[in-house]
Amino acid sequence: MSLELRNVVKQVGAETHIYPTSLVFERGVFNILLGSTLAGKTSLLHLMSGLEKPGKGEIWFDGKNVTGVAVQKRNVSMVYQQFINYPNYTIFDNIASPLHVAGFDAAEIKKRVGSLAEMLKLTPMLDRKPSELSGGQQQRTAIARALAKDADLVLLDEPLANLDYKLREELRDDLPKLFADRGCVVVYATTEPGEALLLGGRTAALDKGSVVQFGETGKVYRSPDSLLSAQVFSDPPINVISISRKGDVFETAGGLNWPAGDSKLGDGEYIFGLRPHHVTPVKSGVEQLEIKGRVQVKEISGSESLIHFAFAENVWISQVRGIFDLKLGSEVAFYADISKGMFFNPDGSCVD
Amino acid sequence: MNKTVNQKAWFFVIPVVVLVAFNAVIPLMTVVNYSVQETFGNNEFFWSGLDWFKQILHSDRFHQALRRQLIFTFTILAIEIPLGIAIALTMPRKGPWVSVCLVLMALPLLIPWNVVGAMWNIFALPKIGFMGHVLNSMGFDFNFTRQPGDAWFTLILMDVWHWTSLVVLLAYAGLVSIPDAYYQAARIDGAKPFAIFRYIQLPKMKRVLTIAVLLRLMDSFMIYTEPFVLTGGGPGNSTTLLSIDLVKIALGQFDLGPAAAMSLIYFLIVLLLSWLFYTLMMRGEEE
Repeated sequence: MSLELRNVVKQVGAETHIYPTSLVFERGVFNILLGSTLAGKTSLLHLMSGLEKPGKGEIWFDGKNVTGVAVQKRNVSMVYQQFINYPNYTIFDNIASPLHVAGFDAAEIKKRVGSLAEMLKLTPMLDRKPSELSGGQQQRTAIARALAKDADLVLLDEPLANLDYKLREELRDDLPKLFADRGCVVVYATTEPGEALLLGGRTAALDKGSVVQFGETGKVYRSPDSLLSAQVFSDPPINVISISRKGDVFETAGGLNWPAGDSKLGDGEYIFGLRPHHVTPVKSGVEQLEIKGRVQVKEISGSESLIHFAFAENVWISQVRGIFDLKLGSEVAFYADISKGMFFNPDGSCVD
Repeated sequence: MNKTVNQKAWFFVIPVVVLVAFNAVIPLMTVVNYSVQETFGNNEFFWSGLDWFKQILHSDRFHQALRRQLIFTFTILAIEIPLGIAIALTMPRKGPWVSVCLVLMALPLLIPWNVVGAMWNIFALPKIGFMGHVLNSMGFDFNFTRQPGDAWFTLILMDVWHWTSLVVLLAYAGLVSIPDAYYQAARIDGAKPFAIFRYIQLPKMKRVLTIAVLLRLMDSFMIYTEPFVLTGGGPGNSTTLLSIDLVKIALGQFDLGPAAAMSLIYFLIVLLLSWLFYTLMMRGEEE
């Protein structure tokens, strides 16, 4: 019972939007497509929904080949980044529209819309028009409409991107709960790694039209099977540096080194990756590596600081809680928790 | 008391006051002045109260001109608005043809109004005009300078030709502002083309269409140049619209009082109709 993409390819003119992709999405799991803009998230969603046909490959749903089946015959619902509602319908009629099409009687429609509105906190707005509602309420209406349809496949295309911070958090908490016991296949596209982590489920990391890695969200985050996957799943970008093992020592491009200890890596060249939150300007543990770097940029995002610092032709980022009084251009010691680092082969593939 | 006295604000207000005074208030007040007085030349004026207003409101001539005006305005609205929407719907949304279509559509709007009148006058002449000749050789007895029906036909055809593109351009602007996602959502819902038009395109075009209707309503109610050049109000008085009649009274007969009274009534009718249409079309829209 699932949605299955078998080697689907999508080309538009001379451009390839989706390279051969195979994915299986199970029912009852929150599936996430993670990737930057133009990674192919929306194209994949369109292929899954049937809005577009794949150039090659097949799409199977519940053991049936649905590749050529038109979108309106597939029982799909979709929520967009923009708030898409019928502009001259009231909220009630908007939510009820798929039920009208399905041919339910008035009493049943009233009951269902009532319970959906209750769930999405829309009850006081049922008589109003979408244009009189806030962005969050408009998007909740669109989500309610998608739920009302009782679709087998629900596609959410960056539904929270146009909402402000507070509303985004609120809806992000609600979304997995709303879909938890519906038994439909849910696919959620997002550009934000943090959002993927919060939503859980399974994540497919996308880059330039290819799936880089697909698996449980936590697993994809903790043990990326390629440098690219780690890069897709890291915001701010993951810190990288070339490194080599010679005997009992790791030595980086900038002349930093530390004992290899019981590492099983053989002698040779590697790429070392370390997520920004494992680098701090405050010493706190023994296993930390000291890096002297020149402060280049300081950004404050919420209660966190992002400090960009340069050392030996590398620019790394340190992501830390709190705000630090560091002068731009000054040389500061940063401490890297190297035990959290990841090793990749020079071509970006995973070391085993 | 810390009231700050700052007289500089006057420098910003006075130019507007002067401008509005000279281009609107003073001319309008001159008309009001004429409308309540009688003159026999020599710049001698006598107070006549509301006599001219009563005379105009009771005159058959005014009623007939107003009736013709209303028929003209509502006929062209009934043709131009749906036709404009229909053309806008068939225009391409993307690709190289967009600019070609837009330029073609804008062409009639760029032609001076008296030239439009002259063009259609020549175009429709029964012997030498292309349209007149073709219609006659097809067996129709077409002569817009003699037969009132033909004059009306030509007049309305000319206005539709001249102004439908304005509606097209406005409707098109409304259409292209609808995000693709709406059409996709409609496809997912299995909506038929008419449902897409009725529940997505039309509501999304509502604002620009309101503007289109108001513009065409006001402009067609005040139309002068094109019918003046095309038919001059004839044959007889059959195409004498309000503005043409007004000029005949004011400059032809030099009856300044009645003409001024008529102008004011005319002005109030346009104002009233525009308000009526605006309220009707914006009903249910709260913002």
